[in-house]
Amino acid sequence: MKDLLPTEADTRHLETHDAGLGFWRTWVFSTDHKTIAKQYLAWGLFWTVIGGFLSGVMRWQLAWPGSDVPGWGVVGPAAYNVLVTMHGTIMVFFVAMPIGLGAFGNFLIPLMIGARDMAFPRLNMLSIWVFGLASLVLLVSFFVPGGAASAGWTGYPPLSGKVEYTGSNWGLTLWLLAHALEFAAFLMGGVNFLTTALTLRAPGMTLMRMPLAVWHQLAAALIFLLSVGPLIAGAVMLLLDRLIGTRFYVPGSGGDPLLWQHLFWFFGHPEVYVLLLPPVGFVCEVLPVFSRKPIFGYRWILWATGGVVGLSFMVWAHHMFVSGMDPRLAMPFSISTILISVPVAWVLFAMIATLWRGSISFETPMLFALGFIAMFVFGGLTGIFNGSAPVDIYLRGTYFVVAHFHYTLFSSTVFGAFAGFYYWFPKMFGRMLSGPLGRLHFWLTVVFFNLTFFLMHNIGLAGMTRRTADPRPFEMLKPHQWINEWATVASFLLLAAQIPFVVNVVRSLVAGAPAPANPWQASTLEWSVASPPPHLNWGEALPVVERGPYEYSVPGESQDWLPQRRPLATGA
Amino acid sequence: MVNWMRWFPENVSTYGGDVDSVFALIYWVGLVWFVITLGTFGVFLVLYRRRQGRRAFYITGEPLRQAAWILIPCAVILALDLWIDWRGAPAWAKVKGQFPPAELTIQVTGRQFFWEVVYPGPDGKFGTGDDRQFNNEIHVPVGRPVRLVLKSGDVVHSFFAPNLRFKQDMVPGRLTGGWFEATKPGRYELPCAELCGIGHSMMNGSLYVHPPEEYEAWVKQQWPAATTADSRRPR
Repeated sequence: MKDLLPTEADTRHLETHDAGLGFWRTWVFSTDHKTIAKQYLAWGLFWTVIGGFLSGVMRWQLAWPGSDVPGWGVVGPAAYNVLVTMHGTIMVFFVAMPIGLGAFGNFLIPLMIGARDMAFPRLNMLSIWVFGLASLVLLVSFFVPGGAASAGWTGYPPLSGKVEYTGSNWGLTLWLLAHALEFAAFLMGGVNFLTTALTLRAPGMTLMRMPLAVWHQLAAALIFLLSVGPLIAGAVMLLLDRLIGTRFYVPGSGGDPLLWQHLFWFFGHPEVYVLLLPPVGFVCEVLPVFSRKPIFGYRWILWATGGVVGLSFMVWAHHMFVSGMDPRLAMPFSISTILISVPVAWVLFAMIATLWRGSISFETPMLFALGFIAMFVFGGLTGIFNGSAPVDIYLRGTYFVVAHFHYTLFSSTVFGAFAGFYYWFPKMFGRMLSGPLGRLHFWLTVVFFNLTFFLMHNIGLAGMTRRTADPRPFEMLKPHQWINEWATVASFLLLAAQIPFVVNVVRSLVAGAPAPANPWQASTLEWSVASPPPHLNWGEALPVVERGPYEYSVPGESQDWLPQRRPLATGA
Repeated sequence: MVNWMRWFPENVSTYGGDVDSVFALIYWVGLVWFVITLGTFGVFLVLYRRRQGRRAFYITGEPLRQAAWILIPCAVILALDLWIDWRGAPAWAKVKGQFPPAELTIQVTGRQFFWEVVYPGPDGKFGTGDDRQFNNEIHVPVGRPVRLVLKSGDVVHSFFAPNLRFKQDMVPGRLTGGWFEATKPGRYELPCAELCGIGHSMMNGSLYVHPPEEYEAWVKQQWPAATTADSRRPR
C-alpha cells in the first residue's frame, strides 16, 4: 500500500500549486495539470475569437468584393492573403491543438488513469509557457512592417522564401518562429502524455482498462512526435533560406521547392489525425454514458485507431498528385489514401453500433457527439473524391477541398470539442451548464454550419479556386456568386450561434448550480472524485481500478452503471 | 444542388469524360453509403431513445461474431475502395501518363502574375527567332492533341483548365508537362490554382479553341512570312 500514499515528491508538488496562492502562483507558476489544461483552454478560446474574426472578414470580401468591411476597411489582395494564411494557421495550430490536446489531454489523462499529475509537472509548466511565447510571437507578427505571413498556411517556397514574392518580411519569419516554439511546446506535452499513461496508471488500471479518450490522446501524441521532426528540419531550412540566404529550396543551386512539400505534408497529413483523434476519444466517452451501453468493440476500435496511425504516414503525397512529382507515384498514394476510409469507417460504425438497443438521452454533450458522427460521415465520404488521383486533378485547390476539410476538421474539432466541453465542464469548473441553452447552441450551430459549408462543394465544382481574393474576374463564377453571398450570411449566423454558448458558460461560472461529483452517472475514474477535483486528485490513497471503463446496464446489476473503482465483491 | 455532376463546367476535352465518370462512380457509391449509414443512425436514434422502464441491452461488441456487424461493412468498403482506384487508374494514366504524339507544342510559363505563352513558330523549335509570345492567351485547333511544356519563372503556380479537367503545378527549376485535345470551339478560362502572391486571384488566362480553318487563319496572321507550305508549322 506504500505506493498508494502521497510520496514526499507529491507533497512538495502539492506545496507548489496548492490553492490560495494568489494570482501569480496559481496561474503562472502552477504545475497542476488541471490548471495547465485551463490555461491551454483559455489560449485556444482567445485564438478562436481571432481566427473566427479573420474568417468573417474573408467571407465579407468574397460576398461583396471591394466593399468596406465594417471594422476593417477595404480588403486588398495582399491583406486577403494574410487572412487566409493566418486563419488556417491559427485554427489548426493555435485553436485545435491547444484545445484538443493541450486542454483535454492535460485535464483528462491523469484523472482518467488515476495519477496525481503528469509524469513531468515542471515540463508541463514549461510547455504552456513556451506555447504562450509562441502565441505572443504570432500576435506580434500581425503588427510588423509588411504585415503578417501571407504565403498560405502551407508556406510553399519559393513564395515563402523571399520577401519580394509576398511582401511579408518579418511577418513570415516570425510565423516560422511561432511554429517552431509551438511545436516545442507540444513535443514536451506529447512526451509527457505518453510517459504519464505508460508509467503512472493506478493499481488495476491495465492498458485494456484505459478509457478510449486516453488512448486517442496517446495515438495523437504519438503521431505528432513521429511526424514533427521532418517539418522542424524543413522549417529550419526555410528559416535559413530567408535569413542568411542558403538555397535549400532554390532551384538551380541544388535546392528544390518540392523538398518542402514532401517534408511539410509528411507532417501535414498526419497532423490532420492529430487534430481528429482526441475528439474521436471524447465521442467514445460520451456515447456509452448517454446510451447506457458499453462502447461497441473497445478492442476493435483500438485496432482501427492503430490502423489510422500507421496509414497516416503513408498518404502524404496525395496533396501532391499534380505538384510535379513523378505521376507514377500517384496511384500508390491514391490507394493508401482511400484505404484510410476503412479504419475511419470502422470507428464510425462502432459508434453507431453503440447506439443499437441503447437507452439514448439527448443531453447537450450527446447532441454534439451525434452531430460529430453525422457530419464526419459526410466529410469522410467527400475525402474519397480528393483521394482519387484522376478526380483530384480537377478538385485540388478548389473550394471543394475547402468544403471537405471544414466538414472533417470543423465537425471533429468543433463538434467533438463541444461534446467534450459540455461533458467535462462540470468536472472542470464544478458548475452545471444550462441544458436548454446548450441544446439551442447545438441546433443553431449544426444548421448554420451546413448552410455555410455545404454549397462550397458546389462552387468548387464550378471552378472557384482556393485563396481567391475576388471572384469577379472569372466569367464562369458569375452565375454562382449567390453562393458566396449565401455562405457569408450563414457564416455570420454561425458566429452568432455561439452567443448561447458564451452566455451559458458565463452564467454558469457566475451563478451556476454546483456540480455533483458524477452528474452523468458515468463509470470512468474522473467522476469518482469531487468536481472540481482536489489537488493531487485522489486525497490520501490512489484509486484501485477493478474493471473496464464502460460497464453500463450489466445484467443482474441493480444500478445501470458500475464505476471502475467499485470492488467486484460488492457489485452484486 | 443534389446532383453534383451538373455543377462542373462543360467538358471540352477528350479525357474529361473519363475523369467525370470516376467522379460519378464515387458520387453514387458515396451517396448510397451515406443514405444507408445515416439512415441506420437515424433509425437507432428514434427507436432507442430513452423510455421509462426500458433498460439498455448489454453487448460489448468484443467477440468476433458481434464485431462482424462492423467488420463486414468495412470489408465491403475495402472492396469499393479498390474498385474506385481500379477504375481511376486508367483515367489518371490517360491524363498524366503517356502523352500521345502531338504536332503542336506550347510552352506556358507561370509568372507573377500572368501565363507567358510561347509558340515555337513554323520551325517547331523553341528558342529560335520565329517564336512568338502571347500573354494569357492560348490558341489551339479543335480535335488535335496539343502538348504543353509547363515552367515557372518565379514561384509555384498551378495551370488549371476547368473545362479540360486539366491541372498541373509549375515548379521553378523543373519542367512539368501535359497534353489535351479540345473537342469544342470557344473561349475557356485558365485560373491559377496555387497561391502565388498578391496578384494570384487576378491571374486568369483564356484558352481559345478554334475550328480548323479559323485556326489556320490565326496562324497565318501570326506568322505571315511562313505561309508557304511548311509541314512543321503549327496546325
